[in-house]
Amino acid sequence: MAIKGAVVIDTERCKGCAVCTVACPNKILALSKNVNGKGYNYCEATSDDCIGCASCAMVCPDGVITVYKVKL
Amino acid sequence: MFNPDIIKPENLVYKKTSVLTDAILHYCPGCGHGTTHRIIAEVIEEMGIQDKAICVAPVGCSVLAYNYFNVDSQGAAHGRAPAIATAIQRLYPDHHVFTYQGDGDLAAIGTAETIHACNRGENIVIIFINNGIYGMTGGQMAPTTLLGMKTATSPYGRTVELNGYPLQITELLAELPGTYFVTRQSVHTAAAVRKTKKAIRQAFENQKNKKGTSFVEVLSNCNSGWKMPATKANEWMVENMMVKYPIGDIKVDGEIIKK
Repeated sequence: MAIKGAVVIDTERCKGCAVCTVACPNKILALSKNVNGKGYNYCEATSDDCIGCASCAMVCPDGVITVYKVKL
Repeated sequence: MFNPDIIKPENLVYKKTSVLTDAILHYCPGCGHGTTHRIIAEVIEEMGIQDKAICVAPVGCSVLAYNYFNVDSQGAAHGRAPAIATAIQRLYPDHHVFTYQGDGDLAAIGTAETIHACNRGENIVIIFINNGIYGMTGGQMAPTTLLGMKTATSPYGRTVELNGYPLQITELLAELPGTYFVTRQSVHTAAAVRKTKKAIRQAFENQKNKKGTSFVEVLSNCNSGWKMPATKANEWMVENMMVKYPIGDIKVDGEIIKK
């Protein structure tokens, strides 16, 4: 049984602090080259290896990350 | 990138709690204040006490805390949050009154109010954010600033001769008979955040059972004040802050467990 997860990031609220990129056990989060309306390099997922552990959401100071998880 | 089939309401694991408003936090990117706000709001939601919780906002970076918590709030004069909370708690004994204070507010100008509220054993929850610096006013030295730490008002580093020793107010308060639960936690990793949430939950449970003052210190980074990126500030906090301010419970159920 595999566990698949997904993160949805509210890029307009993200401040690009990169705390989530360190917290992610699979290191799938990274700062984007693009910027949001406030000029921050927002965070984005770079692969679909997410396991839905919600570590990123736990450390996000701005609460911009929503996490989904499904057992396949 | 993701399989859109995963993103369904029934697969939801984590989303921002509704006890926080939708206002965008004014804190610097990566600041521990936002994380602490969120876990307090989550505890309030889990305990179902949103209509009974009253936040007392301090002066400092978190002066606008009432914009973010979707609960009744009261602003306090600088350092006087425990005094205001005392009055509110006595007038509404079945409500959950908590103060949210920084180190400049709680450990400098508000030392007298803090110590006396804890000594009286007021049935309030005090959340104390310790980042060793005055964040809002531009990074001046606070009582909790570490020895040798450079700030705007100690440009050559804090020295014992000139500035004295860092104040470990949490250990000091644990000695008072009125405090029931005193702990020091941090918010730099997911595991630490979960532990802090547990401690805050414990504090609110103690308040429900009218046990006395619960005091939760949360070590936080101040990346703007320390002049480093947020991730590096978290590492610096582990290497330096946690040596002087070790993480863990100090007083549980009215008994000091760690000297």
